[in-house]
Amino acid sequence: MTRVSLAQIEPALGDLRKNLALHEAEIATARAAGAQMIAFPELSLTGYFLKDLVAEVALAAGEGPLQRLAELSKDITIAAGWAERARDGRIYNTLGIFEDGKLIGAHRKVHLVTYGMFDEARDFAAGDRFRAIESKHGRFGVLVCEDMWHLDGMWLHFLAGVDALLACSASPARGVPAGEAQLRSQRTWNTIHDAAAALTQAHVLYVNRVGCEDGIVFGGGSRVVRPDGSEQARLEGLDAGRLVVDIDATLVRRVRTATPLRRDEKPQLVMRDLRALEDQGEL
Amino acid sequence: MSATPHPLDLNVELVEQLLVRFLRIEARKFGFQRAILGLSGGIDSAVSAALAARAYGAEQVVGVMMPYRTSSPASEGDARTVAAALGIRLEKTDISSMADGYLSTMPDADRLRRGNVMARCRMIVLYDRSVPERALVIGTSNKTELLLGYSTQFGDAACALNPLGDLYKHQVWQLARHLGLPREVIDKPPTADLFEGQTDEGELGFSYAEADGILHALVDERRTVDEVVHLGWPRALVERIVTRMAANQYKRQPPLVAKLGERTVTHDFRYLRDWGR
Repeated sequence: MTRVSLAQIEPALGDLRKNLALHEAEIATARAAGAQMIAFPELSLTGYFLKDLVAEVALAAGEGPLQRLAELSKDITIAAGWAERARDGRIYNTLGIFEDGKLIGAHRKVHLVTYGMFDEARDFAAGDRFRAIESKHGRFGVLVCEDMWHLDGMWLHFLAGVDALLACSASPARGVPAGEAQLRSQRTWNTIHDAAAALTQAHVLYVNRVGCEDGIVFGGGSRVVRPDGSEQARLEGLDAGRLVVDIDATLVRRVRTATPLRRDEKPQLVMRDLRALEDQGEL
Repeated sequence: MSATPHPLDLNVELVEQLLVRFLRIEARKFGFQRAILGLSGGIDSAVSAALAARAYGAEQVVGVMMPYRTSSPASEGDARTVAAALGIRLEKTDISSMADGYLSTMPDADRLRRGNVMARCRMIVLYDRSVPERALVIGTSNKTELLLGYSTQFGDAACALNPLGDLYKHQVWQLARHLGLPREVIDKPPTADLFEGQTDEGELGFSYAEADGILHALVDERRTVDEVVHLGWPRALVERIVTRMAANQYKRQPPLVAKLGERTVTHDFRYLRDWGR
């Protein structure tokens, strides 16, 4: 069993100091609740609709707040999001995992969302790979928000045999049609979580933020789904809160024994077909 | 509740939750816990007032009636009914002398100009009163009105926070019923009450049902004009609404700034309004 706390927080826009304090408070609370791991939403250290603030709040490796999270990770694993300034000047929407006093791995958001109200590809460089992150609590496949809306990331993580998809979001609440008990955006997310869990036979740990930036209310609705696609826990409503769950480490093995999807997967077939499509200029 | 909801019907419980959060969080960021708004006796300001009362507490909301001498006395009665139902404080500032002080020097001003002057007088009153009240000005323009440009720039459209801006008129009515607003306010024909006998639908030349249906299909469902006509709406009306929507885009935007330098306000100086909050 690993006890995980999903911190559904309300980061302040562009205020690293305030957000670091918020992280520290949540980490202390998680620790007191006996959690061995805590996960924060996308861009949890910076806030979301940053636009020109991206360059002003971007952090290079080991800078103050990241160093502090590393220190805090000596007795609890911490997953958090920030704007990462790479050595070459590119800035990524990054979600990293800190453990035993250091950054053990980071995922740069691949599928930057640039439509409707979103403008990410203008402000961030896109990541170019999905790699599992090895933690003492298991193998994690990190997907940042829109990464979850594409099959590639979750499929590659499935091939890598991750124990959990760690899905971190800053997803706005939208769509309130009559006749639906919940937000349209939440219904879609739930559908994706359930399918992703069932198809990858991994836990889905979804942590979304709350609060409001320029009239856009973030939808919360953090959830945990088991590797068989069934819901383990969820946070109701749009308020800040935390979801503390005990992840059953035996479940992944048991589900995969009952239904051996990975054994029967045909990645070489996919690779052949992709090459053929590329040769035909259709990729 | 009918078995088949209207296509524009919303889950009003969730809408209320979202809008109350919006009002609360955005006001808090700017250091406000109080709201002020014009209370006309109409449905839009009644719904904004009801949301503000839920967000900040009724005792933290000030409704201001701002009649002109030609305003309908019935409007004032309705505003009083709304304020009493919500338990918010009601104030009255008659704008006749203020508006007439200027308009008496402009005898040729037509109905449109006179209406705009009245709307801008009300804006001045609200923004001035907001200072001693330490309150934010809450807007009352709904989505239908914003898209059609059926408002006075720097007048009734001026506000700090607008909880109604993404609600079509149909949805404002639906929310009003959910919020338990007085029947007589919900049922009366909408009017800007700038001159006697004025109604929105009379002035616009089409009904809110038509405007809402066509705008929703165009804007929210992203249908083409041909597709909207195929739904059964008259082509002439659809085209009129499209033209009107585009022609009024200027009212929905800050003024144009001529670009000279490397970084220019409104062009490439990209920060949220919530910057630093």
